[in-house]
Amino acid sequence: MSNYEAVIGMEVHAELLTDSKMFCSCRNEFGGEPNTRCCPVCLGMPGSLPVMNRKAVEHVIRTAIALNCVINPNAKFDRKNYFYPDLPKGYQISEYDNPIGESGWIEIDINGVTSKVRIRRVHLEEDTGKLSHVIGDESEVDYNRSGVPLMEIVTEFPPDMHSAEEAYAYVTALRSILTYIGVSDGKMEEGSMRCEPNLSVRPVGYEGFGVKTEIKNLNSFRAVLKGAQYEIDRQIRILQSGGTIIQETRGWNDARQETFSQRSKEGEQEYRYFPEPDLVPLDITQEWIDEIRKTMPELPRAMRERFVSQYGIPEYDAGVLTQARSVALFFEQTATLCGDPKAASNWIMGDFARLLNMEGIEIHQSKVTPTHLAEMIKLISQDVISGKMAKELFEEMYETGADPRELAKLMGPQISDESSLGAILDEVISSQRDVWDALIAGDEKKFGYMVGQIMKVSKGKANPQQVNRLLRERVQSS
Amino acid sequence: MTLSKDDVRKVALLARLELDESEIEKQGEHLNNLLNQFEKLQELDVEGIVPTSHSMPVFNVFRKDEVHPSLSQSDTLANAPESRDGLFIVPRIIE
Ligand SMILES: [Zn+2]
Repeated sequence: MSNYEAVIGMEVHAELLTDSKMFCSCRNEFGGEPNTRCCPVCLGMPGSLPVMNRKAVEHVIRTAIALNCVINPNAKFDRKNYFYPDLPKGYQISEYDNPIGESGWIEIDINGVTSKVRIRRVHLEEDTGKLSHVIGDESEVDYNRSGVPLMEIVTEFPPDMHSAEEAYAYVTALRSILTYIGVSDGKMEEGSMRCEPNLSVRPVGYEGFGVKTEIKNLNSFRAVLKGAQYEIDRQIRILQSGGTIIQETRGWNDARQETFSQRSKEGEQEYRYFPEPDLVPLDITQEWIDEIRKTMPELPRAMRERFVSQYGIPEYDAGVLTQARSVALFFEQTATLCGDPKAASNWIMGDFARLLNMEGIEIHQSKVTPTHLAEMIKLISQDVISGKMAKELFEEMYETGADPRELAKLMGPQISDESSLGAILDEVISSQRDVWDALIAGDEKKFGYMVGQIMKVSKGKANPQQVNRLLRERVQSS
Repeated sequence: MTLSKDDVRKVALLARLELDESEIEKQGEHLNNLLNQFEKLQELDVEGIVPTSHSMPVFNVFRKDEVHPSLSQSDTLANAPESRDGLFIVPRIIE
């Protein structure tokens, strides 16, 4: 399989974070009772007229800046004509030949190697309604989503990506940027961000392109990785056995972890684009762009590099911490307050991330504050609590949001004095006589077990360094 | 350039128009007439002229990102040929 390489382009759609829809004042929100956020405009009633949402246009300009695009001062809207029940007007308002952003790029990292993925265009359009196929010969339509501002980001041709890992790195880097600048919530699971790779393979060294397929219904970032890899392998297998690839759209079946043929692209749609007569063109001035640029936050890559140089944490940590802006900000505050960036990073990437994951919430929704986490880290470094006690204390703090100093008082102090520890040692030695005998007979493996038992009897409060030292002394003198 | 009857049928299908043979004939004439007018226009030299999409010098007509009340669900569904549980019911599209 090594003599083929993949060529991957990507189309990403992201619903924009606005209060109202693109061309009308209905609420833009996920879910809700069907057909309760609709009006004559987003239902395509004759005689209704669209009016542009300024914030949605600014979100796309902001994105174009973040993706290093050239901004088209004369962007305008066009009609894309086709008939489908989720599109009440019979056309979608989109941008055809003058998109807001063009010729951009972002950087991605694979195993420490940085490369550029060029972006051809960023444009603004409206989302369609939601069509559900029910049993029999009927479908149901909910137009709550109809007219929600939707941004499309398309990579440059010829595409720069050649592996499933790169495709995954690209979409996750893009999600980071879009969520940092606050234009999208980047939730693939809820469909607010949709990634559609188009993919072909060719013999290494061949300059032309193979027949490509497009993957749809990828419902998570993980699925982008899995789906692209599946499709690369499938195409190579077909070519190696002398078959031919059919140009088609393939759906992703997450349960079976495979793609399946959805429709062939032979009868290419004719969209008959023409300028939208109901909307006036945009005039994106340099002043307007500068004004938006001034409100741009620090972007993930810049923040990552700064974390490494300013806080001395490893590249890997900085990469993980800066994926989501809320996590990066949480880390920065904690590190500053406790003065131990690596400890802050370890807690945030370790126990904290695990608990957040289990609950399925984001860091800023948690009861733990940077101040409390920093306090807890200080309690450990001041030897008030042991690392083991801290794990327990952290879970308590996560559950209740209580002050770690109060929790530490309730837990009682760490046991460090020799006489108390000696008593616990005696107890464990007599209850684990066989293990103890084996240990002093030279079975070193039993040492760790004994330490574990002592920690257990002390309910985790014994100072582990002290326990190690005292136990070693006992073994040597026995 | 002259449109054939098949071209007219294709255009009619794209616009979801059902035309009988005599209408196809008639519409074909109309369309060809129109295209001839455009051919005349194409004789003009427009080298270096930016295409005009709008004739009025008006730009950036925006609304604020504010939510106003939508229609009620029953009003939204009032003209639906068929609806159920708050949803429009349409014939299933088979691709
Ligand atoms: Zn509306």
